[in-house]
Amino acid sequence: MTITVYVPCDSAALSVGADDVAAAIHEQADMRGLDIQIIRNGSRGMCWLEPLVEVLHDGVRYAYGPVTGADVPGLFDAGFLQAGRHDLALGPTDALDWLANQERLTFARVGVIDPLNLADYQEHGGLVGLHRAIAMQRSEIVAEVTDSGLRGRGGAGFPTGIKWKTVSDLPDGQKYICCNADEGDSGTFADRMLMEGDPFCLLEGMAIAGLAVGASEGYVYIRSEYPHAIATMKQAIRIWEDAGLLGPDVAGSGRPFRIKVRRGAGAYICGEESSMLESMEGKRGTVRSKPPIPAVAGLFGMPTVVNNVLSLATVPVILAKDASFYKEYGMGRSLGTQAFQIAGNVKRGGLVEKAFGVSLRELIEDFGGGTASGRPFRSAQLGGPLGAYIGEEHLDLPMDYEGLAANSAMLGHGGIVVFDDTVDMAEMARFAFEFCQIESCGKCTPCRIGAVRGKESIEKILRGEEVARNIALVEDLCEVMTDGSLCAMGGLTPMPVLSAIRLFPEDFDRTPAAAAAE
Amino acid sequence: MALLVEPDFGTPKRETEKTVTVQINGRTITVPEGTSVMRAASELGQDIPKLCATDMVNAWGSCRMCLVEIDGVRGTPASCTTPVREGMSVRTQTPRLEKIRRGVMELYISDHPLDCLTCAANGDCELQDTAGEVGLRDVRYGFQGEKHFAEAAEPKDESNPYFHFDSSKCIVCSRCVRACEEVQGTFALTIQGRGFDSKVSAGTASDNFFGSECVSCGACVQACPTATLMEKSVYDHGVPNRSVLTTCAYCGVGCSFKAEMQGDQVVRMVPYKDGGANEGHSCVKGRFAWGYATHKDRITTPMVRDKITDPWRKVSWDEAIAFAADRFKSIQQKYGNGSIGGITSSRCTNEEVFVVQKMIRAAFGNNNVDTCARVCHSPTGYGLKTTFGTSAGTQNFKSVEKADVILVIGANPTDGHPVFASRMKKRLRAGAKLIVADPRKIDLVRSPHVSASHHIQLRPGTNVALMNALAHVVVTEGLVDEEFVAERCEEADFARWRAFVAEARNAPEALSEKIGVDPQTIREAARLYATGKNGAIYYGLGVTEHSQGSTMVMAMANLAMATGNIGREGVGVNPLRGQNNVQGSCDMGSFPHELPGYRHVADAVARGTFEADWDVTLSPEPGLRIPNMFAAALDGSFRGLFVQGEDIAQSDPNTHHVTAALESMECIVVQDLFLNETAAFAQVFLPGTSFLEKDGTFTNAERRINRVRPVMTEQSGLSEWEVVARLSRAMGYDMHYSSSSEIMDEIARLTPTFSGVSFARLDRDGSLQWPVNDKAPNGTPTMHVAGFVRGKGRFMITEYVPTEERTNRSFPLILTTGRILSQYNVGAQTRRTENSRWHETDVLEIHPFDAEERGIADGDRVSIQSRKGAVSLPAQISERMPQGVVYTTFHHPVSGANVITTEFSDWATNCPEYKVTAVQIVRSNQPSDWQVAYEEIKRTNYRTESEPAE
Repeated sequence: MTITVYVPCDSAALSVGADDVAAAIHEQADMRGLDIQIIRNGSRGMCWLEPLVEVLHDGVRYAYGPVTGADVPGLFDAGFLQAGRHDLALGPTDALDWLANQERLTFARVGVIDPLNLADYQEHGGLVGLHRAIAMQRSEIVAEVTDSGLRGRGGAGFPTGIKWKTVSDLPDGQKYICCNADEGDSGTFADRMLMEGDPFCLLEGMAIAGLAVGASEGYVYIRSEYPHAIATMKQAIRIWEDAGLLGPDVAGSGRPFRIKVRRGAGAYICGEESSMLESMEGKRGTVRSKPPIPAVAGLFGMPTVVNNVLSLATVPVILAKDASFYKEYGMGRSLGTQAFQIAGNVKRGGLVEKAFGVSLRELIEDFGGGTASGRPFRSAQLGGPLGAYIGEEHLDLPMDYEGLAANSAMLGHGGIVVFDDTVDMAEMARFAFEFCQIESCGKCTPCRIGAVRGKESIEKILRGEEVARNIALVEDLCEVMTDGSLCAMGGLTPMPVLSAIRLFPEDFDRTPAAAAAE
Repeated sequence: MALLVEPDFGTPKRETEKTVTVQINGRTITVPEGTSVMRAASELGQDIPKLCATDMVNAWGSCRMCLVEIDGVRGTPASCTTPVREGMSVRTQTPRLEKIRRGVMELYISDHPLDCLTCAANGDCELQDTAGEVGLRDVRYGFQGEKHFAEAAEPKDESNPYFHFDSSKCIVCSRCVRACEEVQGTFALTIQGRGFDSKVSAGTASDNFFGSECVSCGACVQACPTATLMEKSVYDHGVPNRSVLTTCAYCGVGCSFKAEMQGDQVVRMVPYKDGGANEGHSCVKGRFAWGYATHKDRITTPMVRDKITDPWRKVSWDEAIAFAADRFKSIQQKYGNGSIGGITSSRCTNEEVFVVQKMIRAAFGNNNVDTCARVCHSPTGYGLKTTFGTSAGTQNFKSVEKADVILVIGANPTDGHPVFASRMKKRLRAGAKLIVADPRKIDLVRSPHVSASHHIQLRPGTNVALMNALAHVVVTEGLVDEEFVAERCEEADFARWRAFVAEARNAPEALSEKIGVDPQTIREAARLYATGKNGAIYYGLGVTEHSQGSTMVMAMANLAMATGNIGREGVGVNPLRGQNNVQGSCDMGSFPHELPGYRHVADAVARGTFEADWDVTLSPEPGLRIPNMFAAALDGSFRGLFVQGEDIAQSDPNTHHVTAALESMECIVVQDLFLNETAAFAQVFLPGTSFLEKDGTFTNAERRINRVRPVMTEQSGLSEWEVVARLSRAMGYDMHYSSSSEIMDEIARLTPTFSGVSFARLDRDGSLQWPVNDKAPNGTPTMHVAGFVRGKGRFMITEYVPTEERTNRSFPLILTTGRILSQYNVGAQTRRTENSRWHETDVLEIHPFDAEERGIADGDRVSIQSRKGAVSLPAQISERMPQGVVYTTFHHPVSGANVITTEFSDWATNCPEYKVTAVQIVRSNQPSDWQVAYEEIKRTNYRTESEPAE
């Protein structure tokens, strides 16, 4: 009987040698005359265990990891194909605390299925949402998404259903679904994992969105730094076209929907929706002023739904199981689940999908296992490079949009970057401005020049020059950037800067002597 | 007047009936829906500080100076990008806003050179003004930080002859980039790099302005709020301190300009936003190429000579006028009253033209007056008068904004009528469809964000066949607007026409081979024009300068009537007229058979009013047309000619024939700025005035009468109309005016379509489109609205008759002619400006296949031989040309394009067939015999007596 072995094809696994491991497993099986098939699945999200090899034995998947090519002969010797004992053996995958303690709705299939196997997809609940949507009226689909409480997972948290309703209510004509997969925040990787691990789920979400608003064309804008995701999505689209799920007649609905992939050109700002639209139109990626909002005049001036990968990939499960199922998860006005991405100075980094309301402490300590260095925790940056830093006193905050906002922080795209007590928060504030300087599109003045002057002013602080005056100047600058910037790039850069100054004033208390002594 | 600073409302005006009422700083204002908060505030007189906003381009929202607070709206939205909403309450000045504005300005200035006092924009800098407005007092960042420019001054881009680009002064507001895109439509500029490294760039970083796609329209310079893009003339002279509103003297678009002056020195010409023709836009000619007015070649003293090979003798005005009058009178005594005549100029004002034709009719006592429209748009006059009843285009330029399908025939607007082309391209970018019928692949066929749905690349000379084929499709596919035709047109004529074009021989399939275009393209183009809602035809000399020019004009009129595309905005049949006042010179009675207002000289009633007013008896017999004058000169019956500002020796066809005629005359009087080609054959030279010295009116292609105002005194000491009046008096007819305004009063008195026109009225209203009379007191932007001027529209049979100019084995190629953006017509003006840097010499464009067959490489000198003569030019291999057709321009006299053109002409009006000449092209390493002779004439006929030594 053929034995099934899973070796991830996710970039995180590939970057630590998953291809070598797969080759070595092939070679050993051939040498030993063993009948195996290797499925290249997505990642289970336990980055520290990659490459994580799984073996299907008696209907249960057993995990081994992290595996290197050199470990493979030993694994065969240990009979890992029959779930044999080995130093790298982790036991049944689903029983691992990391996974057992999650609520995987959006990522339910990621790491489980063969990403490009349509039958596998359907066996794991795929297409149920699409078929249900096809049987519904447009307004019913929009209402279902609205009722679920789903909010934009790109960071802004705008209710997805309301955005869809705006587009749906506009007169019929050319409309677009644009999926923002320009995942540029440092420490985030959920979009990539989903596209590499369950691309059909995103296609299904986009197709449902198309049905809901009356759009016949969709685009996935993927950053060029994600070559594997681009390749996987393109293959997935071909498979769906061949299966009649995309094209002139989506799954027998009589309605057309086509999806194309667009590759970014390496600009962080193109993760901002209007810059992304400009880039997709073949122009420089610069921010558009609003109004009009993209829902009214988006791609090529037509009504456009712009949603993040995770927002769209969550739609199939909402349609499959209905809104009330989904909104059972979460708290307050933050309903459903969020894919948290734990990174930085942390023992166990990876993806954790949990209902809103989970505390930072659970994520960083229980899932993450504390700092990788073993030194005391000092801070974490939430929501990417434009997100606020938090201190130890915030660790018990429940993670939801409103609660974080009340504490001058934000959830963003769900990235959490952990720092131990060696971090210099003044240096991090400087970095925030530097990041803005490098990634600003340059259109609006507060961002274009403000970032440079902010960086220079913090550098003066670091050198101990007129510290109080320069802190006051940075605070004034932050006000101008917050109130005056055209988009969130310049508008949110003050978040990390001001949170660092507010929570860690001692790091900014430089004197010329101290600066010189360093 | 003092320097005219036009208000800048920040964002463009919205054109909609729907209005919205809002409160700004507690004051109420009602504005069109879609108006920005910024504009609404500005209209209230409550300007909001701004840097990236200007009302020539759409809001951009980048400078963040114009932030406001709006009740119920979070944050501080930008007023330029925020449209008004009903009931909105806005505050434009609060402590919070002041702080943000000052903070943003502090950032700007921290990255700006601090050389205000020596900066070219000192006194004309929006950054400086705004810094003052927001009360910036301190730059706390200091000036040691990183700058977007190198501290060691980067070299400015001085490559453009008229303006410089100094990146160090740039605030990256993108106004230049947006003006280039939205106003001009060239897309030459972009922002390179991102973030703090964002820099304006003409093309790629290695390009400079001169080498880029830039067409030097000046829109970017005008849009720039700082000294980054600045006229070199301002850099040299300083900012101007007074303005004179006037009208450009180049093409028939007739752009309004502010001449910005210091004393009598023109510092710059800036397009005027209230100008109806151009609405604040310009091209390289009007904007920059005015230096010819003070060029050293300018002749400002009258001169006479006995023989054309004698050196010119400088004389007083009195002597020159007496000299001319004596000669004319003695010719008339010897050869009869009809032995002299005159030619009026399309470059001069209505008033100047009017007095010349009056002199000819009243003082010369004959109707031997013609004008240069003979060689350009005379078929337009004939064709449109016959079908519609008026010798003029039907629309204003603004009409193009409402066109849905634009049919461009035999015109190259981006070169010939650039400012109108920009308006057209704007409409095309907004979605109108374009059909181009032209043998040459003109820029409009494919340019940034514009591409023709159909390019009908017809063989020169087959226009009428094409129109008949288009009409055939309309008639046989049921695309006729039956209701319009039944109500508005002559029934019998239409029935006859319908039967004619429906004949199988007029089907696209039958004519396809002659036209050289596949029938399907013709059918699709016809359907598009007929069914695409508002269909507008724009045409140029590619229509008129053919043996069937008048037929073609009528064929277009037929098509427009059949499809109901006449009598409202967005449609029409529109000649793009070549010269600034060609419409006006025709209106002013410049034709030998027509008195001012297109009334036939044989019409006793019309003639009677002139006779009464002028106190003279007028001849009822039509006089000679220009070609007839040449023929009569050669047969000895026509001996004297007054030529007002036209260079017939260069511009008229078959140069050998023209110069022979000129040489045979006894007295030619040339009134011009320069010793032009015709002056080589003249005995009297009367110095003219440039448009900068004229006081009068020009009438553009949309019948718009614009004021031309003098910005400096006449260089010659006399206005042209005064010279003509004096000559007239010397000839024995008492003509007196105290001002040109008086001449216009006479025009208005005698010309029904002008009856409501006066200088006072024009000064008040800016401009007026004729007819201006009791029926249309405010002028007529769109003609034939309720009915045709002639009553009912008249369909004319337009049988296609091929030209007699045929290709054969000896002359296998067809030469066609045109013009280029930087040069104007015979080049008398533009060749005397820096514009020549873009086009130093005329070239022959030839298809690669035709070139290869003849062993011609790009840049080779080639000889172009026709049945009439030969010249040689450098060849330019170009895929713009179809095989079998070659092309050249005629801007340089030495090119001698008209040495090869023939005397074939339009059957109705004698407009020459410039556009079709059978030629052979061979490699050649020397100038032609004519060109050698031309150089000789240059040496012999242009000498001026040296001043006697003191």
